[in-house]
Amino acid sequence: MADKILQVNHLSKAFGSNQVLRDIDFTVAKGDVTSIIGASGSGKSTLLRCINLLEIPTSGEILYHGENVTGRGYNAAAYRSHVGMVFQSFNLFNNMTVLENCIVGQVKVLKKSRDEARTHAMYYLEKVGMAPYINAKPRQISGGQKQRVAIARALAMDPEVLLFDEPTSALDPEMVGEVLNVMRSLAREGMTMLVVTHEMAFARDVSNHVVYMNQGVICEEGTPAEVFGNPQMQETRDFLSRFRNA
Amino acid sequence: MGKFVQLFADIAKLWGKYGSSYITGMRNTLILALVGTVIGCLIGFVCGVLNTIPYTKNDPLPKRFLLKLVRAIVRIYVEVFRGTPMVLQAVFVFYGLPYFTDSALKFTNIWVAAILVVSINTGAYMAESVRGGIISIDPGQTEGAKAIGMNHVQTMTSVILPQALRNIMPQIGNNFIINVKDTSVMFIIGFPDFFAAHRAAVGASYLYFPSATVEMAGYLTMTLIASFLLRWAEKRLDGSSSYELVQEDQLTMTAGTYSHPDRGTPFDERSKEYRDQVSQELKYGRTRGER
Ligand SMILES: Nc1ncnc2c1ncn2[C@@H]1O[C@H](COP(=O)(O)OP(=O)(O)O)[C@@H](O)[C@H]1O
Ligand SMILES: [Mg+2]
Repeated sequence: MADKILQVNHLSKAFGSNQVLRDIDFTVAKGDVTSIIGASGSGKSTLLRCINLLEIPTSGEILYHGENVTGRGYNAAAYRSHVGMVFQSFNLFNNMTVLENCIVGQVKVLKKSRDEARTHAMYYLEKVGMAPYINAKPRQISGGQKQRVAIARALAMDPEVLLFDEPTSALDPEMVGEVLNVMRSLAREGMTMLVVTHEMAFARDVSNHVVYMNQGVICEEGTPAEVFGNPQMQETRDFLSRFRNA
Repeated sequence: MGKFVQLFADIAKLWGKYGSSYITGMRNTLILALVGTVIGCLIGFVCGVLNTIPYTKNDPLPKRFLLKLVRAIVRIYVEVFRGTPMVLQAVFVFYGLPYFTDSALKFTNIWVAAILVVSINTGAYMAESVRGGIISIDPGQTEGAKAIGMNHVQTMTSVILPQALRNIMPQIGNNFIINVKDTSVMFIIGFPDFFAAHRAAVGASYLYFPSATVEMAGYLTMTLIASFLLRWAEKRLDGSSSYELVQEDQLTMTAGTYSHPDRGTPFDERSKEYRDQVSQELKYGRTRGER
């Protein structure tokens, strides 16, 4: 129980009459790399957005180190600074350079000095191979480069968990590899990650836990060997076979 | 031809006698328009921000009530001051204050009254522009800011408003130019602007058309210079269209943490070919990887 960072209990989310998530239960422990797979429309993004409180769950609870974050009056901003998020569409700040993107949160939210924030930002920008581009604006760099900056921006906040929502789905094929490699090295270093992805090789080789979602429920979960090697549910088999044939 | 010679002679005569009052009028017009536009923009920004504070079902009732009330008040303000002529607003404010206070309070300084009217009027227009500027920013920008833990005020001041400001620069410029011209109605409360100088000059000289010519040329000069300066300011805000690559020998990559998938291929952005390609593209202004 000690190193459980996040615990999701009976989480449900409806948009009007559209019940998107139903009774979701799972936990994220320190060092876990969890891949969430499933057809599009199955509620994967909504689940991540609920965890980051970008959407308010209809019912259920999300415990962060045992504390319920969905209650009224909870400081969502402070919680979000511990839970990083990388979006499919990058969402880099268009009015700032690459470096400023990675500094602003540290200065405004974590109240670090600019110098300290700059050094910290440079460390992560070097790590994702974007140090030469610190003076560029987001519109001047490629999709893969943007996503690597977005990862550095999230890392610079020293989050406990990083959420990724299809980080490579908006990229041209030749740029997918550079982003996945960064994510692989993060996993190797022990970063706790929750990754929504259609990259089955990544889910199989990098994560230690795989969650298959279907129509708003967790249909099957387990180790990659269990889910990919010996899926128990017919839906999981059907879903995975689509990737084998492709 | 003779008429033009006559016109020039009349203008010269007017300028000789009233030149300094024309110049003072122009100066007053510019100051009033500038101060009014700046304060109006501030009012517009405050209203625009108040109008876009999000609230959810989860927020406490007093907060939701307060936000709804604020939106209603801003709505009424915008409708009233956009929907009535500024000349009337000037009269309304200038004579309204002493009327209601039995002359205990009145505008002893005409500048205060004029700036107040122009600011409030401009604010009503800007409130809508700012609101439009804010909601036109990709929601992903707000989500990116929230995701790193910024609160509403931080998100607004660091991310959204700078981008909204850039987007509404043309409207701010437009309002300034409109104010340069429309402050001419302020003669109604006795403000000594450029148009008031015309009224004074023709009242004494009866040279209506020559003075109107001076006024036309004067207003056009002021608005043309204003447009030019605004274009320049917009360019400045956009910043450089290219960027400097930081030399790689100053920054050694942290060994072993990240192996580049494209090392040695033309896609390796640390390779020379790639860098050349990038600088070529930047030189020809192509924005890369936009989708
Ligand atoms: N903001 C929203 N308003 C209404 N419906 C939404 C909203 N976001 C997502 N949905 C619906 O929720 C369902 C799941 O969406 P999503 O979580 O994006 O799925 P996935 O990421 O697995 O493709 C879809 O049917 C989608 O139409
Ligand atoms: Mg999705």
